[in-house]
This record gives sequence, C-alpha cells and structure tokens, in this order.
Amino acid sequence: MHFVVCAKQIPDPETPPSAFKIDPQKNEVIPAQGIAPVLSQFDSIAAEAALRLKEAAGDSKITVISMGAESAQAAIKQVLAMGADEGLLLNDPAFTKGDPHTTAKVLTAAVQKLGDVDAVFCGRQAADWDWGQTGLLMAEGLGWPSAIIAKGVALDGQQLSVERVLEDGYETAQAPLPAVVTVSNEFGEPRYPKLQQIMQAARKTVTTWTAADLGLDAAEVGEAGSRLRLEKLFIPEKEGKVELMEGDTATEKAQALVKALQGAKVL
Amino acid sequence: MASNALVVGELAEGELNATTLELIGAASRLGASNITVALLGGGASGAASKAFEGGATKVLTSDDASYDEFRGDQWVAAVQNAVEQASPDVILLAQSHVGRELAPRLAFRLDTGAAMDCLNVEDDGGAVKATRSVYGGNAMATYSFVTSPAIVTVRAKAQDPLEPNAGASGETGELPGASDSRTTIAGREIVEAAGLQLQDASIVVSGGRGLGAPEGFQVVEELAKALGADRAAVGASRAACDLGWYPPSQQVGLTGKVVTPDLYIAVAISGASQHMAGCSGAKTIVAINKDPEANIFQFARYGIVGDYKEMVPALTEAIKAAK
Ligand SMILES: Cc1cc2nc3c(=O)[nH]c(=O)nc-3n(C[C@H](O)[C@H](O)[C@H](O)COP(=O)(O)OP(=O)(O)OC[C@H]3O[C@@H](n4cnc5c(N)ncnc54)[C@H](O)[C@@H]3O)c2cc1C
Ligand SMILES: Nc1ncnc2c1ncn2[C@@H]1O[C@H](COP(=O)(O)O)[C@@H](O)[C@H]1O
Repeated sequence: MHFVVCAKQIPDPETPPSAFKIDPQKNEVIPAQGIAPVLSQFDSIAAEAALRLKEAAGDSKITVISMGAESAQAAIKQVLAMGADEGLLLNDPAFTKGDPHTTAKVLTAAVQKLGDVDAVFCGRQAADWDWGQTGLLMAEGLGWPSAIIAKGVALDGQQLSVERVLEDGYETAQAPLPAVVTVSNEFGEPRYPKLQQIMQAARKTVTTWTAADLGLDAAEVGEAGSRLRLEKLFIPEKEGKVELMEGDTATEKAQALVKALQGAKVL
Repeated sequence: MASNALVVGELAEGELNATTLELIGAASRLGASNITVALLGGGASGAASKAFEGGATKVLTSDDASYDEFRGDQWVAAVQNAVEQASPDVILLAQSHVGRELAPRLAFRLDTGAAMDCLNVEDDGGAVKATRSVYGGNAMATYSFVTSPAIVTVRAKAQDPLEPNAGASGETGELPGASDSRTTIAGREIVEAAGLQLQDASIVVSGGRGLGAPEGFQVVEELAKALGADRAAVGASRAACDLGWYPPSQQVGLTGKVVTPDLYIAVAISGASQHMAGCSGAKTIVAINKDPEANIFQFARYGIVGDYKEMVPALTEAIKAAK
C-alpha cells in the first residue's frame, strides 16, 4: 500500500492572542516574534492514522507532502521522524496566496504524479484558515470516495472502514480504496518521535516539485487561480470590561455575582 | 445583487430544522428575489409549508428515505440537480455535517469557490461578501467570490430567521431520488446527552482543564442543577474532552458545538480563541478562573478570580439561597 499524508506548516495556533498581529495593508498575519511555525495539529494526527494503517497492513509506504515555503521542510521532517518514508515539498512562488481550490489542485496533481497512491490522509482542517475543504476537493479531483472527520480507521483488504464523528454521535462508513480520509482530534494523540528517529529523519532527502514539474500553469495556481479573494483581514474588537467580584470569602464573591446577575436580569 | 438563492435545507425527524430558516433569512437579506429551498429525505414535501412560511419562494423536494442517512455523493448529485433548476448566484448551506461535506464538493463540481463557517454574508454593491472567523478565532476575514455561484456555509445561530408568514405558499418541484453510493454506512450511534441539549439551553456551564480531574465536572454539574435542569446544560473545553473527562459531544468551540445562551459560565477555562469561537455569541459570559490574567477575562462581563473548588460550590449555594 502507498499512503499519502498532506501536512501543512502554519503559524502556531497556540500563539497567545496578545502576540497575534496582522498587517492590514497586506491582509497577512505577521509571524509572532520567537514563535516558530508548526505542523498543523490535525495533520500530525492524520500522520498517526496513516502510520497505524501501515503497521496493520505491513509492506506499505508513506509519502508526506507539503505545499509551502522552504521552511515547510520542518513539517515534512516531523512526519518523517514519526515514521513516514518519503518527503515531498511542493514549492513554487506561483503557489502562494492561494485558496482551497488552488491548494487542492496542486496536491491532487502531486498525488496523480506519484501514481500508485491507495489513500490520502488530510487533517479535518488546517488550524490557520480553518477551511476544512482540501481533502474533499482532492477526493473530487481524484474521483475517489471520501470520509471526513475520522476518529478511527481500519483496513479490510481493499475496503476502508472509517469511524466518523457526527454532531450527535458517530458512524462507521465503508468505502473502497483508493480513498481520501480527513482526521480529527478524537482519533487520539499522535506519536512522539524518539531522538534517534528525529536524527534519521534529518538525513532523509526531501524531493521538491515545482509547478512545472506538476504540469501546472502559473495562472491556475496560487492567487491567480483562486476562486476566493481575501478582501479584508482584521482582528475583532473585544469589549474587555470585565467586572471582577469583590469579597473576602468565596461566599461573598458568589453572593456578589448572584446580585450582579440578578441586577442585569440574567438570573 | 443576488437574484437567485438556493438554500440546501435540512430535516430533523422529518421537520425543517431551525438553521434552514436562518439560511432563508440570510438569503432574503442578500436581496434574493427567488429563494429556492432543496429538501431531501423522508418528510421533505411535508416540510415545504414551513419553508414557505419562513420566506422560501420555491421548494424542491425528494421524499426518498435513502437521503435520511447523509451520504455526500448522493446528496451532491441531488443538489446539482437543484442548481440546474434554480440557477443560483448564491448557494447557502449550514455549517453542519451536511454543509461541511457538500459545500467543497459542490464548489469543485461547479468550478467555483466556497467560504466555510461564515458568520455574515452580505450584498456589497452586487457582489456577495462572506465574513468568517480564521486563525482559530483570532482574526476575521471577509471574502468576495471570483466565480459564480458563491457557495457559503453559515454557522448555526449566526443569522436570524424571518418573521414567519403564516399560510404562505409557493411553487414546488421535484428532485431525483438517491443515486447509488460508493459509501456504505455500517453503523450509526447517536450519543445524546441526557436531558437538555447544549444548543437549546439558555444557560451553559462549561468546565475546562483547570478542573484538574474528571471529578471536577461533578462540581460543575451541581452548579448547573442549581440553576435549573430545565434551562442549564453542561459543556466542556476540548482540553477536558481530549483528556476523557467529559464526552466530546459536549465540547464547545470551533471544532465542537456553537452555543448562544443568555448566560455562559466558564469554569477553569483559559479562553483560547478556539474555545471562544463556540460561545462568544452568548449574551453574558461569566468566568471563574484562578489566574487574573487568563484570556477568558477579556471576553467575560463578570468574573470571579479564585480556585473553582471553593468558588463553584459557594456559587451553587448562593444560587440556591437566592431562589
Ligand atoms: C484547530 C483547533 C481547534 C480547536 N478547537 C477547540 C474547540 O472546539 N474547543 C475548545 O475548547 N478548544 C479547542 N481548541 C483548543 C484550544 O486552543 C485550547 O487548547 C483549549 O480550549 C484549552 O482548554 P482549557 O481552557 O480547558 O485548558 P487550559 O488552556 O489549560 O486552561 C485551564 C485554565 O484553568 C485555570 N485553572 C487551573 N486550575 C484552576 C482552579 N483550581 N480553579 C480555577 N481555575 C483554574 C487556569 O488558570 C487556566 O486558565 C482547538 C485548538 C486548535 C488548534
Ligand atoms: N499547503 C498544504 N500542504 C499540505 N497539505 C495541506 C496544505 N493545505 C491544506 N492541506 C491539507 O488539507 C487539510 C485541510 O486544509 P484546509 O482545507 O485548508 O482546512 C490540512 O489539514 C492538510 O492535511
């Protein structure tokens, strides 16, 4: 089996709100000083899902793909350290400032160029723009079935069985390979690579493909090919006028709160 | 201006759900003169009257019960048929398990773009603009669409329904029955929280990682009980759910449930943007946290700084005493 993990490098979503800044002219997030970008959390869980299938199926290979800047090598190396076999960076100035449509187009072209892929694993959403589209767009582009927001995956021959999280419960969906799966945090914690694996991963080579390698025209990718235009990026105003309850004891504070809530007709 | 809007409606036990009426409201405020609602599954044609009362001008239905269990490939084919009938400039869906899957698939098939999980959608001099929260709620982004139709999924409770127009009616039409699916649903398990549902509660009390142990939720549940089992429900942060302290179905936030109660009480929750994405629509937020610098106090109207182990039981007593 050949599994692909799509891994995106993003600004750390745990950046404290006070350090989160945007450039309103460029409609861009300004990277926070001293906080390194990270592998999007759901993507490390997607990698965990692929690794567990590889271990169960035996004789399988995992390729991790990232579209991004040279720095995205770090995200690729992290998945390699977890146990993926090969890394692929999709890097071209033409790929920047795209939308889910163009991202999926580039990733789909890479999967098609690899040729022998049995399943693609994505995160349920990238924790920067929170779209939750790429996996489904790839499934459409590849013509494969898909199962989104997975909390469990199992393989029975050529049949993939996916436990999915719904708003009010769970379902088990089955689809034939090849297929696309997007993975959610309910799947569980991703494994933590050992030092030796990190050192091995550092030595693994990562192949780079450009738009030309993928047979894509600059006009159909990145900002030029996007279906959505970002008009405005802004930080919403917070009122921030909290009233803290005074009192010497817990009971006094609690009583003050009840009084305040009654006064405001909330209770 | 959007003249034709298509709303992909959803049924709950054969009845039109509340979000569908919110989507019709949004379509109307976009200035759409034709609002077509597509309804799929058992009870669809019976639910049409409620869609008309909610502001739909046309309702397309298929009562095929195969649609009751949502499968993306079956639904997308039916909605494509609705698109052919309605020629929409804008397609509105809920940010539900239906919209999450259909919007990107439709976007691909119609070679256009989809903006997910939007709080607002407006007509700006003839162009549809959609505003959504990004970076886990740290920022907001407004998008326009390069191609037509514009596809937008809307967060529950972000838009108001119209005043119902009793007895209203309109044109009806049919959608095809379900096609074959490549996906089989081998099982489905509904995990309903006992009693009041989170989204229906007028008061939500949520607990976070700061509770320190699953037992902490007993203290939180006591508080909810004192507030009234008929109006207060218990939620949790993702950190608490991931630790297995509370069921994921009760998670509030970006990747959990969106709640808009009159009162939201956050106990031992730091107020990460991804959590606030699920509760910032509450009318009044109260925070109980031992750290006076916690981000939650940026959002809260009232706060108590202190250890929840003392503060929450004291609050439970004070509420009982005030009754
Ligand atoms: C893409 C993405 C999606 C996410 N989606 C969600 C989501 O849907 N919902 C969600 O909740 N999170 C979500 N998160 C996680 C989010 O970023 C935070 O990590 C999470 O909300 C933190 O949970 P918490 O506030 O319970 O824990 P912590 O951040 O650990 O905060 C615990 C708080 O408890 C306080 N405390 C500790 N002890 C006590 C005590 N004895 N008494 C009183 N206070 C005490 C501390 O001061 C602290 O403020 C998401 C993250 C990402 C990246
Ligand atoms: N630039 C990228 N490189 C690799 N994978 C990506 C990229 N963008 C998105 N993905 C994958 O698609 C998932 C969903 O992304 P999104 O649709 O942007 O929310 C992510 O969790 C990744 O698995």
